[in-house]
Formats: sequence, structure tokens, C-alpha cells
Amino acid sequence: MTTLHWIDYAIMLLYFAFVLGIGAMLRRYVHTSEDFFLSGRSIPAWVTGLAFISANLGAQEVIGMGASGAKYGIATSHFYWVGAIPAMVFVGLFMMPFYYGSRARSVPEYLKLRFDEKTRAVNAVSFAVMTVFSSGISLYAMGKLLNLLLGWSFDASILVAGGIVLGYIFLGGLTSAIYNEVLQFFLIVFGFAPLVFLGLRDVGGWAGLSARLAGVATGNGYAAGAYTRSWAFMGSASANPVGVEWFGLVMGLGFVLSFGYWCTDFLVVQRAMAANSMTAARRTPLIAALPKMLFPFLVILPGMLALVVSSTAVRSTSVPAPGAPAVASAAAAATVAPANPVPERREGIVPPKLDPRTGEPLRDARGRVVLDYDLATPMMLMHFFPAGLLGLGLTALLASFMSGMAGNVTAFNTVWTYDLYQSYIRRGAPDSHYLAMGRFATVFGVAISIVAAYVAASFNNIMDFLQLVFAFVNAPLFATFALGMFWPRATGHGAFTGLVSGILAAAVHHGMSLPAGAHVGVKGGYFGVVTTYPSELAQTFWTAIAAWVTCFVVTIVVSLLTRPRPAEQLHGLVYGLTPKPTDDVKRWYERPGPLAVIVLTLTVALNLIFF
Amino acid sequence: MGIDLRMPLGALFGVLGLLLTLYGAATRGQPGTEPTGVPVNLIWGVVLLAFGLWMLLLARRARRASKM
Repeated sequence: MTTLHWIDYAIMLLYFAFVLGIGAMLRRYVHTSEDFFLSGRSIPAWVTGLAFISANLGAQEVIGMGASGAKYGIATSHFYWVGAIPAMVFVGLFMMPFYYGSRARSVPEYLKLRFDEKTRAVNAVSFAVMTVFSSGISLYAMGKLLNLLLGWSFDASILVAGGIVLGYIFLGGLTSAIYNEVLQFFLIVFGFAPLVFLGLRDVGGWAGLSARLAGVATGNGYAAGAYTRSWAFMGSASANPVGVEWFGLVMGLGFVLSFGYWCTDFLVVQRAMAANSMTAARRTPLIAALPKMLFPFLVILPGMLALVVSSTAVRSTSVPAPGAPAVASAAAAATVAPANPVPERREGIVPPKLDPRTGEPLRDARGRVVLDYDLATPMMLMHFFPAGLLGLGLTALLASFMSGMAGNVTAFNTVWTYDLYQSYIRRGAPDSHYLAMGRFATVFGVAISIVAAYVAASFNNIMDFLQLVFAFVNAPLFATFALGMFWPRATGHGAFTGLVSGILAAAVHHGMSLPAGAHVGVKGGYFGVVTTYPSELAQTFWTAIAAWVTCFVVTIVVSLLTRPRPAEQLHGLVYGLTPKPTDDVKRWYERPGPLAVIVLTLTVALNLIFF
Repeated sequence: MGIDLRMPLGALFGVLGLLLTLYGAATRGQPGTEPTGVPVNLIWGVVLLAFGLWMLLLARRARRASKM
């Protein structure tokens, strides 16, 4: 366990003071509910753009992408260069004209305008529940991590982080969340950049990293380049550590899941809706895409480095807490373990995953120690940063937890107030009433998140189950939006039945398949195992594909059987019935079209460089 | 909306940078402060400070331009 220096605490406190100070300063600009929930649609594009990625830059991203980097290597970059970026370009160019142009105040409200009340209700309720639970799960992860690394009290960490987020959103609403997200963005960049630099320096640059990871790859039964080349081994699922072949990857992750998330999730779309003009709204995801495509270097590389940096380290204090013995002791335990045919992985600083009951390192079917990949990035921080920089790195980590949580809370209070409270509980109240309700929703949104964090702490299975349900609910969404925006014939009944059958299709597909080596239960197979996938990700991707296709087909069939809405009711909501947006910027590279071409060209180049 | 974000951004990173720079300079060469052999606190403090000042400069310019 590491004890922090006064300088580390000073950096953290300074950051907290700024975060709350911004909320306090913005308070006097909040007069109407539109100010609170949509920042009065007055924010410049570079700010909404950075907030657009920062809201998504929660714990899942920073910790999870580091973990995936350690698990899958550079192939994790597919989440960015196949997944996020093309979807962000699409939402900016083609979907934002309808979101922003329809003057809908939320994504569910767009569904209400385009389709009908019941389609909105399904989306609003599932979204509201999902956001508070996601924020609870990330709060839980934060409390656990701080307890493990620094010995801080779980309760205190959760309450303080939750309290700060509550404070600045309560005061300044969405503007405050967005401004702080930009602060958090820069903090994360500046906090993690030196980590990558020091890590690469330690292993001898990219060439040294490739050489060392080649050893890890062959040790795990893959070709030498499997961890450092993103496409070369995607031909068959068994040749790469991700366990997916290129088609499942491109369709499942690239098309269905990423478009479903970046194009329909109100958490991110809300940032663009706050922009000060149509062009700014359309440029928001495009501006966001530029730093986003470089994020693999910031969040994935630390995980890859953690596998191979020299563990004879530099800091004797960087030994993890009780409950997670250092790598050295794990190696010692491994030599004691009898009849172990496979040599242990000794390099790197990723600690082994421990059996919660016995405290012994967990082993896989081949008898090798299972590593706790979620600790890859935090261990890198503890390993390489001296007092001072460590404070900055930990503050960046805290910032990522808080920006993720704030994104969830602002999306929740808007959907709750506009789509649920104003629509079903109390209509026609004065605006000040909804503003007060928004502030109140912020309080109970945070409160439920904290409760959810404790639920997660005591019943791990419930959270696995919830995340599974969320995955089912999200998978078909993009089909509904794509048909709604580009096919005037799609009807409300069609959208609703399509959405529900898509969710059911996801559950059925998941229930009839199982990833290799998993047991029947929350991992699938509860309707009988019909197919087995080489990995959990492959199963996730194909579940999404099944949901999307079902939703797409059912929506079309039911729409054709039901009465269409007259075209004049669909103005501003559907492609072809909406005037083409005009750009109000002067320079050519500021226009959404050319910007999109630049973004896509760079993305293709990155894919080729790491092919 | 009211506040130019570059002001608080510049102020935060300016102060953080100054703090790290001074701390890095004061602890130069002391055991345990440079585990990798690089004076990272000092270098990174200067980088943060420069970024903070640049943001403040941009904000000031924008304010002058809007006044004219």
C-alpha cells in the first residue's frame, strides 16, 4: 500500500476546489430548465466536443481499456478505430440534423416526436434505470480501487466523490458538468501521457515493447505479433487473443454496438445538443473524434506495458495492499505449486487475481495464474510515478470516475424530468417547477447511484445480471433510429414491436450460446447450449448482431402492415423531409463534411500503421 | 454562456504546473523522487505551467477582441 505525500493531497484538493468553484460560478447563469438541462444551447463546439468524449471517459474506459490492452494487446484499438470513430462521424454528419434540428430536448423525446409515446416510454425508462446503475457500478469500482491502492475507506471514497459530483451539477447543471468534463479531459491527458512515456522508455520504445510482447504471445499459444498487430491475425478467431474473427468484429462491434452507443445514447448526444448552433452540434462528434483516435495510446498502451515492464522496480513502496500480494510473492507461490507444466509469467507488474475465499491466486484450466487485468493501469501509476506526479495521476483517475458519473447523472436528471416526470406525472407546470425537479432529480440520482454501489459491493451477480440486461436493451436501438431517420414509412407500431423483439432476440441468442470454458448461467446457455463461441466478446458481438437484424426486419414488416404517418408531420424528423443543413462557418476545414473526410482518412491510416 | 472556459482551465493547470515545478526543483536528486532517473516532476510541471499560461493568454485575447 502506498502512502501519499502532502504534495499528492495538495493536487487532489486543488482539483476538487476548482471543480466545485466552476459549479458555484455557473450558478448565476442558470435561470430556466433549458439552462439547467441543455446549457441554454449556448456552448461552443470545441467545448462540447471535448465533453462528448470526456462523458464517456469514465472508469470503464480508463481502467477497462487498460485491462483489455493487457488481455488482448493492440487489437483493443478496434474499439476506437473500427468502433467509435466511424460511429461518431456518422452521428455528426447524418443524425445530428434530426436530433438538433427537431428541437427535441432528449433522445427519448426524439422517439416520441418521430414515432409515438410507447416507443419513447420504453427508451426513457430503460435509459433512466441504466444510467443510475452504471454510475453506481463505476462508483463501486472507484471505492474498491482506492481502498486497494491507498487503503482509503470505501464508504468515505464513495460519499466524497458522489458528494462532489452532486455539488457541481446541482449548482450549475449541464454547463457545469460539461465545463468540468473538459477540465477532466485535459487532466486525464496530462496525467496519463507521462505514464506512457516512462513505460515506453523502460521497455525500449515500441520496438522493445513488440519484442517483449512477442514472448507473451508465444507463451499463450499465439503467433509472435498477436499482441502488437491489430488486423493481421483477425482471419480466424483462434489466432488472436480477442477470440473474434473479422466479420463478427466489424459487424458486431463496429456496426451494431458502436453505432448503437455513439449514435443513440443520450449520455453523449446530450453534449452535442447543448451546442450553440446546428453546425456546432454537427461538428461536436467530429471534433471529439480527433483526440479520440489517439486515445488508444493513452489508455491501451499502459495496459500492454504493464505486462512487460521490468518489475524489479523502481519503487519499493508500490507493493499493493493486503489482499493483493505483489508479483514477487505470486511467483514464489507459483514455484511452490506442485506439478505445474507451464512456466509462469514472471515479468510485468499485473498482480494475479485472487480467490476471494482462500486468498490464493486463481488458476485457469491449464494451471496458469489468472492475472487481475483491471489493476494493470493503476499498478503502472504506482510503479512509475514519484510523489507529485503520482498525485496528478491519481487525480486524473478520480477525474475519470467523476466525469463518467457526472455524464450519467446529467443524462438521468434530464430524461427523468422531461421524459418521465413532465410526460407522465405532472404536465403543464411552470418552468421553475421543472428546474427545481431537475435539481431534486440530481440529488436522488446520486443517492440511487450510491445505493447501487453498495448493492454491487454485496451482490456481484446482480450487477453482472443487470449489465447483461442493459446489453440486451441497447443492442437493437440503432436499427430503430436508423429506420426512423432515413425511412419515412417506418411507423410507431413498427418501431415499438421491432425494439421489443430485438431485445427478446438478444436474450434468446445469449440464452442459447456459451463462450468456451464458461458455465451455464449469467454467461449464457440458460435455454440450452446450441452454439459455443471462442470468447465472451465474440458471443457479445453476435448477440448484438442477432438483436439488430431482428429489430430491423420486424420494424420494416410491421411498418408496412400499419398505417404510415402523413409526410407533413415528419418535417425536420426524417431524411428527405428535412431541409439540408447549411454551414455557418467560414473556413473549409471547419465544415462538417471536410472535417469528416480528415477524420476518416486519419483513422484508416492508423489502422494500416498497426495492421 | 457567461464564463470563458479557458480561464478556469488556464488557472487550474497554471497552479498545478507551478506546484509541480517548485516541488520538482526542491526535491531534485533526493532519493525516491526520481525513480526512473528522469526529473519527471520538474519537466512535467513546466509543461503544465506552459499549457495553463497559453490557455490564459487565449482567453485574454478573446476578451480583448470582443471588447473592440
